[in-house]
Amino acid sequence: MKLAVLGAGAVGRSVAELAGQYGHEVVAIADSSSGVVDSSGIDVDAVLNRKEREGTVGDGSPDDVLVADYDVLVEATPTTLGDAQPGFGHVETALSRDRHAVLANKGPVAERYGELMALAEDSAGDVLFEAAVGGAIPILSTIDDFGAGQITAARGVLNGTANFILSRMAADGLDYEHVLAEAQDLGVAEADPSFDVDGTDAALKFVILSNVLSQGEREYTLDDATVEGIQNVPGNALDLAAEDNRTVRLIGEATPDGVHVAPKLVPQNGVLAVTGTRNIVQFETENAGELNISGRGAGGPETATAVLADVGRLPPL
Amino acid sequence: MTDDADEEAETDGGQHVQAYTVRLELVDEPGELLNALQPISEHGANLLSIFHERGNVTPRGHIPVEVDIECPPDRFENIVQALRDAGINVIQAGAERYSEELTVILVGHLIDTDLSDSLTQFQTTSRAEVVDVSLSAPEGTEGVSSARLRLATEADRAEEVLETVRDIAEEKDIHVIEPQLAGGSA
Repeated sequence: MKLAVLGAGAVGRSVAELAGQYGHEVVAIADSSSGVVDSSGIDVDAVLNRKEREGTVGDGSPDDVLVADYDVLVEATPTTLGDAQPGFGHVETALSRDRHAVLANKGPVAERYGELMALAEDSAGDVLFEAAVGGAIPILSTIDDFGAGQITAARGVLNGTANFILSRMAADGLDYEHVLAEAQDLGVAEADPSFDVDGTDAALKFVILSNVLSQGEREYTLDDATVEGIQNVPGNALDLAAEDNRTVRLIGEATPDGVHVAPKLVPQNGVLAVTGTRNIVQFETENAGELNISGRGAGGPETATAVLADVGRLPPL
Repeated sequence: MTDDADEEAETDGGQHVQAYTVRLELVDEPGELLNALQPISEHGANLLSIFHERGNVTPRGHIPVEVDIECPPDRFENIVQALRDAGINVIQAGAERYSEELTVILVGHLIDTDLSDSLTQFQTTSRAEVVDVSLSAPEGTEGVSSARLRLATEADRAEEVLETVRDIAEEKDIHVIEPQLAGGSA
């Protein structure tokens, strides 16, 4: 497949770097201000070196990339809320040109799911978004395999930054501010970690899960979710929890009752008490009890594997 | 445990009476058993039997007592409530044991907002027993403190109890870290 990669952050760069391993070719790359197109295949190393040195991927504009001759548009620009632009527009362009779109960007799938599905319906291209939920963990493909109708609820930990902070606080008796600063030094938390610590990022993922699980019966957006972050969890609350063999995790739930994200008490050795940046999703199934999948929920190469697995699922155009 | 309906046993309320078992834990002090029996007779229940397990002490040093009584169903709640109001630890009432335990953590100005009043409200409003409280107040009485509460309640009432706790806490601007009830127990 010929890929056009929009977004040259950690995920976009990793997709471009790993595409060859998966037998695909990158024909265009764009960041927020520049673009490069080469129908015979881009020299990815050269483009990423230039990005590193000069801050741009090429001399063209990002719009050149949108109209390039690709099979699959990879949308890996930063997640935006509300109208989910410019990501939504990028996907709209690809679908209107009867091309496939693969998203790592959560915005369009969480905020405008119905419109997105309608666009895909009218297009010869498909939309897939495994990378938008839980990085490398095959969550949406598991739902697809299992059948959305067979799954009654999903819950779990889908934000590695918040989980890292809570597990560090619990393990070393440190306070929130201290661990957050450390997470930023380690690159686990971004300079602006608000989406991670206030629960928004986890909520977007559970909104997407609700959209997929409800199979068009009901559409969810972030506004439908109740969201509480971890900023108000003090170290001594974690100490008290530990004395009782419990701990606190930022747990999200997608059930027929709606989408909820909040810090919750869980058994210290329970399946939901993953440590560090690890993520876990637990499905409640109709006939097979609980099903747990765990793994790395973020990171460039990790998320890129989900993007490229989606690309591999797409039919030839 | 239910009376045979054919017997048509009636009291002044004109209702069928039913037999109930109440399990109590008493402090090992003189007069405690009498204290526990008084609310039962005062609320018009018949005392059927008392099984006083003296010598068998609970981990908390209390003495378990099992009381069988007979009364119309609508009075039973009042009796349990009266026992609680008299400071008696009711472990099991009726057919339903307080089988479910849930743990919550409260975070906020717990001492300034009168923690013991909060606990009393939880018990009286939600039909849950506060079994255990552990407080951590590193900044003294005026700072933000945390408390871990263990609540015992009847089976399947956990969600209801949590709702009450949430409401009472909200009025006092206390943050509640709730237990994850569904899943994740393994």
